[in-house]
Amino acid sequence: MAAVDMTGMNAEGLRRDGFLERLKLFGLCSPAILLVLVILVIPAGWLAYVSFLGADGQFSMENYARMINRKSYMRIFITTFEVSFMTTGICVLIGYPLAYFLSQLPARIANICMITVLLPFWTSLLVRTYAWLVLLQKQGLVNTFAIEMGLWDEPLKIVHNMTGTLIGMVHIMLPFLVLPLYASMKAVNRDYMKAASNLGANPVSAFWTIFFPLSTPGLFAGMLIVFVLCLGFYVTPAVLGGGKVIMVSMKIASNIELFVNWGAASALGVVLLALTIGALWITSRFVRLEQIVGGGH
Amino acid sequence: MTKPSEALPIAIRNVTKTYGDVFALNDVSLDVRSGEFLTLLGPSGSGKTTLLMVLAGFTRPDRGSLKFGDDEVIRKPPHLRDVGMVFQNYALFPHMTVAGNVGYPLRLRRVPKDEAADRIERALETVQLGGYGTRRIDQLSGGQKQRVALARAIVFEPRILLMDEPLSALDKKLRDRMQIELRHLHDKIGMTTVYVTHDQREALTMSDRIAVINHGRVMQLDDPVGIYEKPANRFVADFIGESTFLPVTRDSDGLRYAGKALKISGDVPDAPSLFLSLRPERIRLVDEGAGDGMNTFQATVQYVVYQGDSFLLYATLPDGIEVGLRGVVRGNTVAQLPAEGDTVTLGVHADDTVVISGEEV
Amino acid sequence: MLKWLREPASETQITHGARLWLYIVATVIMVLLVAPTLIVVPMSFSDSQYLEFPPETWSTRWYEHYFTSPEWMSATVTSFQAAILTMLVATPIGILAAYGLHTSSLAYIRLVFVLLITPMMVPLILVAIGAFYVFVKVNIVHSLFGLVLAHSLLALPLVVIVTGSALKSYDMNLEMAARSLGAPRWKAFLTVTLPQIRFAVITAALLSFLTSFDEVVVAMFISGGDNATLTRNMFNALRDQIDPTIASISTIMVLVTSLLMVLSQIFGRAKGSG
Repeated sequence: MAAVDMTGMNAEGLRRDGFLERLKLFGLCSPAILLVLVILVIPAGWLAYVSFLGADGQFSMENYARMINRKSYMRIFITTFEVSFMTTGICVLIGYPLAYFLSQLPARIANICMITVLLPFWTSLLVRTYAWLVLLQKQGLVNTFAIEMGLWDEPLKIVHNMTGTLIGMVHIMLPFLVLPLYASMKAVNRDYMKAASNLGANPVSAFWTIFFPLSTPGLFAGMLIVFVLCLGFYVTPAVLGGGKVIMVSMKIASNIELFVNWGAASALGVVLLALTIGALWITSRFVRLEQIVGGGH
Repeated sequence: MTKPSEALPIAIRNVTKTYGDVFALNDVSLDVRSGEFLTLLGPSGSGKTTLLMVLAGFTRPDRGSLKFGDDEVIRKPPHLRDVGMVFQNYALFPHMTVAGNVGYPLRLRRVPKDEAADRIERALETVQLGGYGTRRIDQLSGGQKQRVALARAIVFEPRILLMDEPLSALDKKLRDRMQIELRHLHDKIGMTTVYVTHDQREALTMSDRIAVINHGRVMQLDDPVGIYEKPANRFVADFIGESTFLPVTRDSDGLRYAGKALKISGDVPDAPSLFLSLRPERIRLVDEGAGDGMNTFQATVQYVVYQGDSFLLYATLPDGIEVGLRGVVRGNTVAQLPAEGDTVTLGVHADDTVVISGEEV
Repeated sequence: MLKWLREPASETQITHGARLWLYIVATVIMVLLVAPTLIVVPMSFSDSQYLEFPPETWSTRWYEHYFTSPEWMSATVTSFQAAILTMLVATPIGILAAYGLHTSSLAYIRLVFVLLITPMMVPLILVAIGAFYVFVKVNIVHSLFGLVLAHSLLALPLVVIVTGSALKSYDMNLEMAARSLGAPRWKAFLTVTLPQIRFAVITAALLSFLTSFDEVVVAMFISGGDNATLTRNMFNALRDQIDPTIASISTIMVLVTSLLMVLSQIFGRAKGSG
């Protein structure tokens, strides 16, 4: 085919029209972009800069060095990871059966049962944390009920410590795991299970060899969301941990509120952000991130 | 409604549209006569819909000129082009009634309410849906939706009408009926209509002229008879109707196939490789030594298919080419059909021959 | 009942009986999910100074305390103001962005989408201290204006995602038809597209409201003084001394969010079927 002359015949004007239209459509995004840049990106950049400033205002790595040197800092990171991994793990153990149960229900009943997942999801986090604070007290409902049932004799200390924190975190995080997992399970074509049965698999092995692998996209999406949320979580550990469970986010807050040490706080923030991005990146190797963002609601 | 003399001609010149390295439209030039019903016909991806979108203003070409009458409109945005458009899936607004839909363009043009109501009703009557104004869209059948879409496209009396495969979502019987209705509507209203379809029968039924399009280029622009009887190249011959192609060679006396001289009519294109294009319904089963003006070929029957109103026969020529033949079934035809393995003589009259260039276009 | 236990429950013909353990476990989990949220309701009617459940004596004194306390009332007003303003700011900005993302043919438009999602992905504490740092410098800390800006940032990704997903399942031919009939793009959007995606828009608006209303961490840093939010005061009260007033406030909050959740489910369901 002969090459076609791409000039003349309104080519210039058409190109300009196209450019203007693209600009206008992009412009629709500009208020949103501006908001994110001004309130998030620029402050983040500023903070990253501050993290490299020492107490004297000069460039220094002391804020980062402190994290490696001081044992208390290391313990905070370890605690944060412990809580995040344990919460994610418990959520999977509890959430998978629940999601499976919901996915097997007929649509109308499933929608009603979903309310039990959605109601806590929509209820204020503070309210839920507060509820657990009350329930887990020495004279709280859990202890009273357990003693009456004979499960244990003395009131157990199940709040203001790791146990209480984990209980609260799992309760908060469970919907974040169940919702994408449920969506993924609903999407598994029921014919696959029929085929498995037909080919000779008993129900248990059909589940593990066919259904479970097909549910993993939603499972990984949910696990990622829970893990990332746990890394940066503040309110629940602060209230239910009683000062004994210190997560990175709490240290950042206290560095600012109590010590006004922006250098230390921002360095911690940079590390936390790096960890979050790391977790996201690792998961993106296994799961397409669009599925998370689309499947949650 | 628009009188035929008010319909606008369309002048398309050198329109090119590329997506990366691919030419969706390759230097297309075309004239649509005032008041004519022109069909853009081609397979998917041929560029026909792209060209229609350029006419509507939704696709911006890289270069070219587009005139509606005397006005250059290539840079006009879609909402200022004043063309009526009917979409494949009707694109009726679900949150409005039938009257709401049909009246939408009138509201945009600030037509006073009474006048608008009047024009809406007349438009609905034109498509035989008089009185349907208060119906909701989800209460309509497919055919009715199509008519509302049409009413909406003509109510503001545009002088050009564009239609993007409007009948493809309908079932066959309804589609066949609507083809005739649309054509009658066009004759009555008289606006210039550009119609896109991939269905060649539809194109042949409805059009004043057909532009066959492939790979972003116009393969042939002609009236339906010309397109069918005298395809300009292999693509058109193959796309419209069915064809068997026999390679022919040129020598001093004329054309030969498999050594035998051919009797042909019509022009022979000036091209290095030539083919004889044969349509199944123009081939007959003849006795040996059939009359003058007939080209005869010996062939072995592969299989015969009875199709109720017609029969199909496939036979192979000595050089291996398979020829399809279609014949009408009458009286004792069935009893006289050949069987698999029989040798038959196929006959094609000179008047039914078309010679085309073998070049890839 | 026994007959039901023997009936198959799924394609693999496993019986309800064999799955009974699953049904029991799932029910227990569902109860445990909902119970704590609902606990606050009876607790709020307890007469005692200490948090107790079940309440020994019943009274509404904590509600009275809440409604007659100037600090709590002012905090409530602030929270509602912030939530409504956030809804009014984040929703239009998010819708415009979602439309731009959906219709733009720019090569790297996906990057813009990722950028607009980041407030959801970044730990909340970082957003809080970042906003705090900047707001102190421009002196809008402890202002309603700053609070609304920060909350709009947090609500934005939700609006973009919800609206974007509605646009994806929307037939853009409708908008094209409107434009072919004489409507410029903005008018076609307002008269044809927006009515079609209105359920998603309502859901997005409700989500924006809740994001702001429930928000604790950011509010902790940048709201305060005259403009302290309800959640901020509640959080401080929780840390300092356990004030049963919180139970009554929590009950009210649960009612508000339940109402909004029901509204959103109604509208969201309708969108799905339409």
